[in-house]
Amino acid sequence: MSRRRTLWFWIFVGPFAAGLALFTYVPLLWSVGLSFFDAHNTVTPTHFVGVDNYTAMLSDDAFLASLRTFLLFTAFIVPATYVLALALALMVNRVRRARAFFRSVFFLPAACSYVVAALIWKMSIFNGVRFGLANAVLDFFGADPVAWLSTTDPPWYWLVIVTVRLWLQAGFYMILFLAGLQRINPVLYEAAAVDGARPGWQVLRHITLPQLRATSVAVVLLLVINAFQAFDEFYNLLSDARGYPPYARPPLVYLYYTALGQGQNLGLGSAGAVILALIIAVVTVGQARWFGLGRRNSDG
Amino acid sequence: MDDALVRAGRALRLALLIALALLFLVPFYLLLRNGLSTEQDITSPEWTFFPSGLRWGNVRELFDDSSVPFARSLLNSALIAVATTLGTLVLASLAGYGLARIPYRHADKVFYAILGTLMVPAAVTFVPSFVLVSSLGWISTLRGLIVPTLFSAFACFVFRQYFLGFPRELEDAAQVDGLGYWRTYWLVVVPNARPVFAAVGTIVFIGAWNAFLWPLVIGQDQSAWTVQVALSSFTTAQVVRLHELFVAAAVSILPLLAVFLCFQRWIVAGVERSGID
Repeated sequence: MSRRRTLWFWIFVGPFAAGLALFTYVPLLWSVGLSFFDAHNTVTPTHFVGVDNYTAMLSDDAFLASLRTFLLFTAFIVPATYVLALALALMVNRVRRARAFFRSVFFLPAACSYVVAALIWKMSIFNGVRFGLANAVLDFFGADPVAWLSTTDPPWYWLVIVTVRLWLQAGFYMILFLAGLQRINPVLYEAAAVDGARPGWQVLRHITLPQLRATSVAVVLLLVINAFQAFDEFYNLLSDARGYPPYARPPLVYLYYTALGQGQNLGLGSAGAVILALIIAVVTVGQARWFGLGRRNSDG
Repeated sequence: MDDALVRAGRALRLALLIALALLFLVPFYLLLRNGLSTEQDITSPEWTFFPSGLRWGNVRELFDDSSVPFARSLLNSALIAVATTLGTLVLASLAGYGLARIPYRHADKVFYAILGTLMVPAAVTFVPSFVLVSSLGWISTLRGLIVPTLFSAFACFVFRQYFLGFPRELEDAAQVDGLGYWRTYWLVVVPNARPVFAAVGTIVFIGAWNAFLWPLVIGQDQSAWTVQVALSSFTTAQVVRLHELFVAAAVSILPLLAVFLCFQRWIVAGVERSGID
């Protein structure tokens, strides 16, 4: 009986587990292997180089610059998305008319791809010439046009990069916050009113935010992980027929050009992938520990 | 006095919401405006809110332009998105059900091995995955674009959590009727678990349609371009024909807007489910 059950278990789980092993574990291990070889344009290298790829990567200014780019990007996008998504959720939750309409409008950008959004931002809103929408607005107020994506001083391209992602994902996190708000027991608000808490800031600070703690932790975790994986909007906003500019290269863009660009240095690229995978695993576990997420969810 | 204040606050909030909603819709408006304009209208130094005439002919021009493999890329995207969605639903739901319901000594270990892959997001491992797929000879094939993305640990996790909370009575009744695991699953469990299939399915579909990095890396030949890769290469090309670019982008999001508006209830349910809780 139990052997038949084992057989059925593997009939159900086996295909998925085998595929996951083949397409996740095998490439990871293979990549760890490759990272110790000189692997230009080959996936079966013979020239063992020890940890040279790792030392080369960790002392490569461009790689370190990509990590700094990620940190800067995170410093902008995480607080901005958090505040906007929470504000939208609070307003949509309390509005009496057309709640479903507002929810749909703010969530709709989630259906858009980063490629399409970057295209609209680059070619229409933040087009550096006069017919760009942002420059038309500046012109209306009598200001000079700005070459948004190609000036590094001041780095206006950050405004373009951050607003794309903000527009695309604020609605998604708003949905998470709305779900969190729905779970708050209304009795808490009644008790606060009885205790004389003024609606607005006091209630938000002492009731709503503490009750949203679990949602907030999940949102921040997802925001950081997603920011770490940013590629689409950077690539589509900044690269053109001449290639990618030397600034604003987040880790995945750097890795893309190192491993798959000219020279296909797969050994170096693999070392980079291993380092990034380790960083993200440490960040995820660390953040989860820090917020006590692991304990709360240890049963599920 | 207090009452007036509350009403003023409410009006202010509604005004702010309407302003934000309009701001959020601006990119969609630009997509339509530019897509249905002439090149001259778009690049005119005088900003106009509406083009001089709606040029539906742009759509035709896009599909007639033989230098741009747009129809082919749409077809590729459709095949990939449908196959990825169906494949993910079958594989991940079977695994989720097995993990939740079939007793096995090492089930926990298998589950943690699956969960562990969530720690290392696929985007970070595109170099190793590229290495594997290229050594299988799958570069620029639909196989290479579809098969490696079918094994979603996230989907498996959602299904397992759902089936853990699934009422046992239905399955018990099926077992009394002499159905084994396999037929119980297909005849009793699946028909009663439609919401979770709809939620996971729509999210996977949207993700597959909008994916960019993996199709960019694997779909190197024009014949294997997805719609996102095609749009990206028009955007970064030497010569950009703006009206064609925008009408292409508008066409590319139509299927998703349709899916989105029809299945919004399920997507919201799915997003809430994915909220780690």
